[in-house]
Amino acid sequence: MIPNWMQTFLTLDAFPLIAAILAALSCGLLGNFLILRKQSLMGDAISHAVLPGLVVAFLITQSRSPGIMFVGAAFSAILTVALVELIKRLGKVEPGAAMGVVFSVLFALGVYLLESASARSIDLDADCVLHGNLQTLFWMDSPLRFEELWSMQTLEGIPRQLWTLLGTTVAVVAFIGVFFKELRISSFDPGISTVQGINAGIMHMALMSFVAIAAVASFEAVGSILVIAMLICPAATARLLTDRLISQIIVSAIVAFLTAIVGYAIASKMNVNAAGMMASVSGAFVLVAMIASPSHGMVAKSRNQRRLGRLVALEDLLGNLYRIEELNQTATKAQLIETLGNASRTRHSIERALSDGLIAMNQDQIELTESGRARGASIIRKHRLWEGYLVEKAGLSPDHVHATAEQLEHLDLSSKLPSVLSNQDIDPQGKPIPREHESE
Amino acid sequence: MQSDALTFSEIINTLTMQGGFNTSAVILGTTLLGIAAGVIGAFSLLRKRSLTADALSHATLPGIAGAFLIVTALGFEGRSMPVLMIGAAITGIVGVACIHFILHHTRLKEDAAIGIVLSVFFGIGVVLLSVVQTSSSGSAAGINHYIYGQTAAMTRSDAMLMGFIGVVASLIALVMLKEFMLVCFNDHFARSIGLPVWLIDSIMLGLVVVITVAGLQAVGLILIVAMLIIPPAAARFWTDRLWKLVLVSALIGGVSGYAGASISALLPRKPAGSVIVLVAGALFAISMLIAPARGIIADSIRRVRLRIRIAVDHVLETLYEIEIGLEKNPHHSFDATLIWLMKRRGWITTRDQQLVLTSSGRLQGQRIHRNHQLWEQYLVSYADIAPTHVDWSVDLVEHVLTDDLIDELESALRERGVELANPWDHVGENA
Repeated sequence: MIPNWMQTFLTLDAFPLIAAILAALSCGLLGNFLILRKQSLMGDAISHAVLPGLVVAFLITQSRSPGIMFVGAAFSAILTVALVELIKRLGKVEPGAAMGVVFSVLFALGVYLLESASARSIDLDADCVLHGNLQTLFWMDSPLRFEELWSMQTLEGIPRQLWTLLGTTVAVVAFIGVFFKELRISSFDPGISTVQGINAGIMHMALMSFVAIAAVASFEAVGSILVIAMLICPAATARLLTDRLISQIIVSAIVAFLTAIVGYAIASKMNVNAAGMMASVSGAFVLVAMIASPSHGMVAKSRNQRRLGRLVALEDLLGNLYRIEELNQTATKAQLIETLGNASRTRHSIERALSDGLIAMNQDQIELTESGRARGASIIRKHRLWEGYLVEKAGLSPDHVHATAEQLEHLDLSSKLPSVLSNQDIDPQGKPIPREHESE
Repeated sequence: MQSDALTFSEIINTLTMQGGFNTSAVILGTTLLGIAAGVIGAFSLLRKRSLTADALSHATLPGIAGAFLIVTALGFEGRSMPVLMIGAAITGIVGVACIHFILHHTRLKEDAAIGIVLSVFFGIGVVLLSVVQTSSSGSAAGINHYIYGQTAAMTRSDAMLMGFIGVVASLIALVMLKEFMLVCFNDHFARSIGLPVWLIDSIMLGLVVVITVAGLQAVGLILIVAMLIIPPAAARFWTDRLWKLVLVSALIGGVSGYAGASISALLPRKPAGSVIVLVAGALFAISMLIAPARGIIADSIRRVRLRIRIAVDHVLETLYEIEIGLEKNPHHSFDATLIWLMKRRGWITTRDQQLVLTSSGRLQGQRIHRNHQLWEQYLVSYADIAPTHVDWSVDLVEHVLTDDLIDELESALRERGVELANPWDHVGENA
């Protein structure tokens, strides 16, 4: 026997959950290519604009069979793409505005027709367009025993929307699998793709058609708002986490899958709208990736920046000590803090240099150790080479180069400098440039 | 189709704003809002911010639902328009701030940023809306109208508030017209002459927020963005001048608002928002077709004219070259309609069953021939194109050379010491 809790799950939640996952997957996968082409909003436009196609197809045929709905929706999707192009060219307005004109008028037309139609009591209505009727996909005669799960009866009990979504998801996966190379090239560089014999225009239309198909298939079950969220958010999350297209696609699929499950679970628990909650969860994923992505997240970025800042401070300290030694002088901690400024940072780098054995305390005077002197020399070498370069090659006057060299000295670009400079021993201000082997 | 048939006088009364004070107030308010949306939308279009407004309007939903929940929980009437408008404005602004944040702090581009904010905020709004629907008893019904718009549900004071906001927003835009234009036209220049571009931009964006929020009840949050986008995009077909664009856009916005609200007052079951947007869309389509500056018809006429001129030029040049003996093959067949047209203009005539130039035609042909040669010389001596390769590009360019350009070509070639063929040389040979 299937336990009671599981039976409840099968009756109430199984189909909606599967529908949500399939919709999230098909839209989420396609979104990767939209985001690469900077056309995420084309998905938004299409998912608004398919509405009149659906309604007109329904009004003409009085049937809700998926084939007819597809034809209507695909027609308005193609119309949308064509109209956007036309207005962009003729009106010379930005693509965003052209898109806005087309999809808002088509959506208005759809709402208008829908309201006219619903006056004649038809089971399409404007609210279901936005958030779908996910929570009405009950499994009325869900099986009571496990054996029945694998029977013909189960197959027959699966609602039409699920079959449509399953077919769409399979088609989307096949499309991306078969045309991966073509999609990738035409998304990254339409020009190169044309040169290689891949018609970028046709790939564009094919992609848009699949977006339209995925939008329509998901529409009924999860509503247009989740379609838009799924076309954009999982791919955006993946883009923040990865750099390669393949891994981006895989990550986006995982994110879409998790979004559907987590969103549905929270929605059931709190008894709120599931499509809306999934869209919110997809936003939460983007937020988490934005903050915590190891490569592109804000935390990682600011940590890298701090690390760089500490390195620069340390190098400045060693360079400064090297200069002081050149004059056969020494400095106390207080003097160093005064010349370098930024007291807390300088104090930190002194502590770090002490623990790394780069400097040593001789009573209250700070001295460079052997390894510290080598690093200091290497910094000063870079600094003075850059000064030489700026004067000799960039034509700056010798008294204007210090500040620029102060920044460039921390870069790892200095190895080629000696070969282009005529004087490798003396810098523009007449100071000696430390030799390479000294810094070894 | 409509069960309640409309009488002619009902229609006239509504259109002339005599159909009851409430209806008139709604129509007036929507018209004023339409004008304001047209004005502010024009600047938004020029600043390439059309779809930011879309994200903004979708982001108002959680504010509306949230404000309703909070105010109801505090024991007040949640449906009051000002309360919901404040909530809408807050989350709308937060949404725009999120777009900026995503743009500046991640690698995601503008399209993704707008899409994320739009769908996620709207999703949160839908969640809150479902909380409203389950938790409160019946009083939530009015909130749904904010999605698709419902002028019929507006009270007189709602409509007057909307109109008042429209007027104030238009006035602010008028007062700041010069600054707005400068920033839209060239923000670097504006910054260099000391204008606070950031502040002016914020004011523009603030006005977009105000219009969006004010129009929520009448037009609905999904379609309000259309009132900001469609009128200026339509106006773009009529003019290239900035202040004219603002003017035409305001006019189209006003007419859409007026016509849309009137029609929806007459057919109360039609959602006002979609009617207004459809009217605006129709005006857009008309503009795209017939506008003299950039419309499709005007554009095609210009194209056809140019093609006729090029064909005429070609005939004149060929006949002239036959006359001076440059063109050895005297048997050319030309399009009959073209010949008829040129005969009517008195450029060519038939003599001994041969087409020959009249004196005015000869002058024209001579001019074209000379332009051709000038440009050819220019390409050979300036652009380093081999003499055997110039003919093709010359044929394309010679028809668009202006008199100024020809003078310039002549003097430039003389300076280079290129020997120019005297236009009268060949005439002597032939005569």
